[in-house]
Amino acid sequence: MSDTPIHRGADRAARATPARVARKVRGLSDRAIAWIFVAPTIFLLLAVNIFPLIWTIRLSFTNYRANRLNREPEWVGLRNYERILTDSDTWASMQATAHFLIWTIALQVLIGFALAWLINRQFKGSAFWTTIIVLPMMLSPAVVGNFWSFLYQPQIRLFNYVIAFLSGQDPSSFDILGSVNLAPWAIVIVDTWMWTPFVMLICLAGLRSIPDYLYEAAAVDRASPIRQFFTITVPMVLPFLMLAVLFRGIENFKMFDLVVQLTGGGPGNITTLTSIDLKREAFEKWRTGYASAYAIILFVTVFGLASIYVKALNKVRER
Amino acid sequence: MSAYSISAPTTRSKWVAGILVVTYAIITMIPLIWIILTAFKSPADAISYPPKVVFDPTLEGYVNLFTTRTRISPEALAALPEPDTWYDRIVRQYDMVIAGPSKFGERFVNSVIIGFGSTFLSVFLGTLAAYAFSRFRIPLADDLLFFILSTRMMPPIAVAIPIFLMYRQLGLSDTHLGMILLYTAVNISLAVWLLKGFIDEIPREYEEAALIDGYTRFQAFYKVVLPQAATGIASTAIFCLIFAWNEYAFAVLLTSANAQTAPPFIPTIIGVGGLDWPAVAAGATLFLLPVMIFTVALRNHLLRGITFGAGRK
Repeated sequence: MSDTPIHRGADRAARATPARVARKVRGLSDRAIAWIFVAPTIFLLLAVNIFPLIWTIRLSFTNYRANRLNREPEWVGLRNYERILTDSDTWASMQATAHFLIWTIALQVLIGFALAWLINRQFKGSAFWTTIIVLPMMLSPAVVGNFWSFLYQPQIRLFNYVIAFLSGQDPSSFDILGSVNLAPWAIVIVDTWMWTPFVMLICLAGLRSIPDYLYEAAAVDRASPIRQFFTITVPMVLPFLMLAVLFRGIENFKMFDLVVQLTGGGPGNITTLTSIDLKREAFEKWRTGYASAYAIILFVTVFGLASIYVKALNKVRER
Repeated sequence: MSAYSISAPTTRSKWVAGILVVTYAIITMIPLIWIILTAFKSPADAISYPPKVVFDPTLEGYVNLFTTRTRISPEALAALPEPDTWYDRIVRQYDMVIAGPSKFGERFVNSVIIGFGSTFLSVFLGTLAAYAFSRFRIPLADDLLFFILSTRMMPPIAVAIPIFLMYRQLGLSDTHLGMILLYTAVNISLAVWLLKGFIDEIPREYEEAALIDGYTRFQAFYKVVLPQAATGIASTAIFCLIFAWNEYAFAVLLTSANAQTAPPFIPTIIGVGGLDWPAVAAGATLFLLPVMIFTVALRNHLLRGITFGAGRK
């Protein structure tokens, strides 16, 4: 047997294993090993994801309140669901979420694709600058939201100063976090700043997967660069782009930390996304049963939309 | 070269692309640079208008981040012996004395324990599961894999409600173990998916040769497959670590005095008259810097994880 550090380590591990265990392990069939390997993962997911999900479903039919331990919860049937779907606050938060989703995805796709397209020219230093651009998405969204709220403060902080400098307006004439018209854009700007690099990286992977010979063939046929762009580049990158949109869509539907630190859902309720609304119901008003029903509705919405979308994505891929 | 060729960009188009990308990168960096600078400002400089680019650097923000202070009367201050350390001197400018260390150190250590603990566990379990999914025929494998991935679609707040109740029953709320298990459960889906991709790429012939040589399946796994998958395991680990490091929603709902991590703590650093921005900025800098250095140092390994293996053929 060879004498690499790995082999030595493995031999030591083998010697350290109690004989009984070793005999058992050695004698195991592939099937048994497969199950032993998969079981802990499945068990953990059952315990921390599925069991709680079932519990949530159960709670959603009751009027349980987690801050009142001694009161027996009552079975209320579908009343929670009925109330949520007829509550105007729910629809307001759905609308806020939709605005946030649509604009962040539109901006990130546009800027992300443009950046990827530029970086793909592979100019000198492109790898380094790509890394710099990627930095924001690796950071903690809560901390990012917190320090952007500092940059956004009216009158004295950086963001107003820059905008005033560029537009010639009075820097104290607007307060992006305090205004009902501007606050929804405040969260769109920060999310775009943070996550455009993600879309960019996936687009870049798409662009790099296009074989050169396609362009060479097009050039032989005298197809103009614009034509090549729309008949080769766009269709080849589309499946990647759709994948990026799927990930961003799911993530932004769940959005909580960044926005809660940035605006806290305000002013008023204008940036109260569904997750923030849900958090208030569950952990501030302690309407646990109601919040559980809310959680189920959100999960079904995300799951439903994602499934439809994945079907569409597979169709594009098959083409 | 043909004028229509795109596969070989011209020098001019490279220049234009380079300038645009670098401009974007610099704009992207401004907020980050600003926060690092703010950490070295005095509270007055931090909120002055117009924003100060040139200022007297001070370590006040860092001192305030790591200490708690109490105000004392000027007479009492005068009666004290001369300050013997530089940080005492900074604090006394404001008629205050250091009362003790702040909670930041503790919160930071919690982040490290929970981050590394959950990363180790998710990579360990994820490697085993990924190997099994990659090499053995498991009934309903595709459904199981989809199930594993779909657990990521739940909004964290929705998961937090029953977890909160469950942890309260089991005594796991506000404990390191509870948070490690929770983050492992969230991370493991990503870990299994990424690692399955990496292990799929290792030729089966290697293990088969080892099996013929008399290795058991188990030995073949840890002597042949594991070393081959080391790079993949490392980059998966980085991802799990960054997620656990950055996570906020579960941390703010499920932890408080004992196991609280840094993200929920940093925005609550209070100074005189509202948030102490230089201290908040110092906390943010110390918290974000390791991730930034990591990203730059390990960029090649990270790229594939970010794209969820989308670039793989």
